[in-house]
Amino acid sequence: MSGTLTDQPMIDFRKEFFADERDDNLNEVGKPTRRQDITGHVTGRSPFYDDHLFEGLLHIRCVRSPHHAARVRRIDLSAAERMPGVVRILTGKDVPRNLNTLLSLLDFGIDDEPVISTDRVRYRGEPVAAIIATSEARARDAVAKVVVDWEPLPHVLDVEEAIKPGAPVVLDIYPSNKFIYHGKYDHQKLRYGDVEAAFRQADHVIEGRYQMSPIEQAPIETCGAIATPEQNGRYACYSATQALFFSLAVSSKVLEMPSSRLHFIGGTVGGGFGGKVDSIHEPLAILGAMLTGRPCKCMWDREEEMQVGAPRGAERWYIKDGVMRDGRIIARSFTGYFDSGAYTRLSSYAIIKGVGHLPGPYTIPNVSANVYCVYTNRTPATAMRGFGITGVDFAIEAHMDKVADTVGLNPIELRILNAYRDGDMKAHRRLAKNCALIECCQVVAEKAGVKLSPAMLAASSRKDGGGERARLPISTVTDEHGLVRGFQGGSYGRKGAKPAPLSGISQTMPLATPTASQSPPPAAAPQQPPPRVGSMRFSSISGFRRR
Amino acid sequence: MALHRGRGFAAINYPIGMNLGGDPSQALIHSNPDGKFTVALSAIDLGQGMKSVTRQIAAETLGVPVTDVYVDTADSDTGPHDMGSFASRGTHRMGNAVIMAAKEARAVMLEAAAEELEVDATDLVTDGRGNIHVRGAPGRSITTMAAAQAAQFKQGRTIAGRGIFLIPLSEVDPDTGEMTPVSTFAHAAMLVEVEVDDETGEVTVTDMKSAYEVGRALNPRLVEQQLRGGAWMGMSHAAWETTEPYYPARDHGPVDFNTYLMPGPGDLAPHHISVLERPAEDGPYGGKGPGEMCANPVLPAVVNAVYDAVGVRIDELPVTPEKVLRGLRALGGAKPRRRL
Repeated sequence: MSGTLTDQPMIDFRKEFFADERDDNLNEVGKPTRRQDITGHVTGRSPFYDDHLFEGLLHIRCVRSPHHAARVRRIDLSAAERMPGVVRILTGKDVPRNLNTLLSLLDFGIDDEPVISTDRVRYRGEPVAAIIATSEARARDAVAKVVVDWEPLPHVLDVEEAIKPGAPVVLDIYPSNKFIYHGKYDHQKLRYGDVEAAFRQADHVIEGRYQMSPIEQAPIETCGAIATPEQNGRYACYSATQALFFSLAVSSKVLEMPSSRLHFIGGTVGGGFGGKVDSIHEPLAILGAMLTGRPCKCMWDREEEMQVGAPRGAERWYIKDGVMRDGRIIARSFTGYFDSGAYTRLSSYAIIKGVGHLPGPYTIPNVSANVYCVYTNRTPATAMRGFGITGVDFAIEAHMDKVADTVGLNPIELRILNAYRDGDMKAHRRLAKNCALIECCQVVAEKAGVKLSPAMLAASSRKDGGGERARLPISTVTDEHGLVRGFQGGSYGRKGAKPAPLSGISQTMPLATPTASQSPPPAAAPQQPPPRVGSMRFSSISGFRRR
Repeated sequence: MALHRGRGFAAINYPIGMNLGGDPSQALIHSNPDGKFTVALSAIDLGQGMKSVTRQIAAETLGVPVTDVYVDTADSDTGPHDMGSFASRGTHRMGNAVIMAAKEARAVMLEAAAEELEVDATDLVTDGRGNIHVRGAPGRSITTMAAAQAAQFKQGRTIAGRGIFLIPLSEVDPDTGEMTPVSTFAHAAMLVEVEVDDETGEVTVTDMKSAYEVGRALNPRLVEQQLRGGAWMGMSHAAWETTEPYYPARDHGPVDFNTYLMPGPGDLAPHHISVLERPAEDGPYGGKGPGEMCANPVLPAVVNAVYDAVGVRIDELPVTPEKVLRGLRALGGAKPRRRL
């Protein structure tokens, strides 16, 4: 690439920064060593899951809902069963435990999603049957012969429509179409200081609304797995998973099979970007192998990858900043809506990650956020590169530009002015360390020929932080807005359960039972924060809640 | 009808290592009969270089050349438990597990060498080129291969090491959001230049200048690969990609790469990258994880540059010609800002 105005190098390593914090005399670390696997990759020799060949391999294709929401009155498989090459047809009844939520492995959330749906579908593309046939083409032909008697139901696709009273309910266990956090609130809260008081003191209050689009991970290798019976009652599974033991654990759970009977092989994957965590294909392929005694492949085509495979979820953010004339941001509040689609998958967790990230890399003395995980009748969302952060960073940094414009400050100087520094208290109540935002801003300004003031040039992540900036707010305003009842403490716990290894998969997953619906509207915010009596664990890998 | 140039800026940080912790990674290392080492993992190499970076970390810690280390992943029968390759946790979590395993294996290797050299193991050092010698006396040395073979075939020792890394799960307060979410943060700043065609609404990214702070560039080539590819993805997120072009409606959803638009080679902007390294205290050799954060600053930088060029704020991604033209119409034509 060429044609640059500045003739700058395409990459440089600015070793002069933080040199006193590094030992650069290492033998192997820091060297541009060629990858161990690169020759195989560039010559097409590296074995991916679909390069493993099996005699008598069977192919699995799913029958999918054409509706955003529908009741399944009846599935007539008789014509499909008579199609040439059809070996077996799977329905939800064939799945030993046909309900799961991905994060149950972290003891987080309530099982909500069937492997193969039985009586109801909640998004276009949801599977209701799986054909196992001797070739992919024959499986496709048989899929076309399955007759489903659908009763279309009202659906909702927009996050803010979905949380209005009277909106179609996507999942009965979440009647207000919102995930329940800690068994207590219908959103995740962040409260730090008093944003409302600060907005009243601010010279400018700047508001914005931002919409992040849903995006496909688009790996070249589509998601899939091949399972084959091994000896001794075991099954081998060759998989494109990004998370070997995660997929093994999900399979073990929904198939009610001890993990020791599963042998997962993978590790060389043709791109993931977050789209290969959901563990959709492994259980189906293994179930097929169990019921036919033959190797089975379950693999998405490109259309399924793009429209059935979970995308990066769309996010909608509202940001409000209180800013002083000199550019100091004294308050920032967020309302966020994550579009989880029809099931939880990983969205509830992305929100916790996002909330821990607020208000971005800045030290702001008053911060508040309400972030909702909202169910809609679309393809469930899942992880993607920058999960929980990319969307809100788009919102924050587009908003920062508006702030700079309002106060008439150079956009780079606005960032340096507000940047967090070593020793500053962050909104999640931990001290910042190892900061380097200011230095990144300075380097880019220098490269782009943007003149910074002497004060901005002299700023450093390593000085002028801490002290006053390390103090927690004198008081923090809390409230019980969005309080719910009827969900068990934490929703995740079962008192007295024995700790089990994370992927010692034979364990019974802790099952929370949502017993009732949501509480009446929120109570008024109390002026004084209630005393804390020890925070509640939001999840546990060991299967029980700890204090 | 004109082309308008604009510049937009954004700065970000990114949490490294799976949020809140509670996600173990394990590694096993053993010496082979020829004195080389196999690292057994269940981590996934998605193309990001997991095998390579763990190989370099193992070699560095063992004190042997990188060519003496082979990384085997992922087989659940031989590789110990790992949560997976996501959440910028691979290098951070697995790197630390590999260091722990390599230290244990190295200690046995040095004990074996000490027995052969008839010295105290604490007096031995490795030169990173396949030799173990007495500190300050390079002449009194033994190769790592000879030491490993002596251990296995003469002394009856197994040169092996076990490693695990686990940050305990953090609580999250329902009322305040108090938590210990992350291990460390990576950082980035980005300035992009765009050209906006006020007749067609097309936005072209013409140049990107960035600074990324990655803790330590464990392998500078792999870091560059991530940053270059990730910035491309950010540009693609900003102005091209979506599975639902009329979100929240599901109509016109793309089903293949003819309809799912992404920038091709001709659309790539020159990207001038600067890498800064401020080691993280709990990162493997200070390393953070460049893989996820590299796309993030590009999205806002592009919309900010469009505003700089023509005065139109695009608050809904992606930036499409349709949105730009509608914005220009509402504004009564381009109003260049030129603030940067």
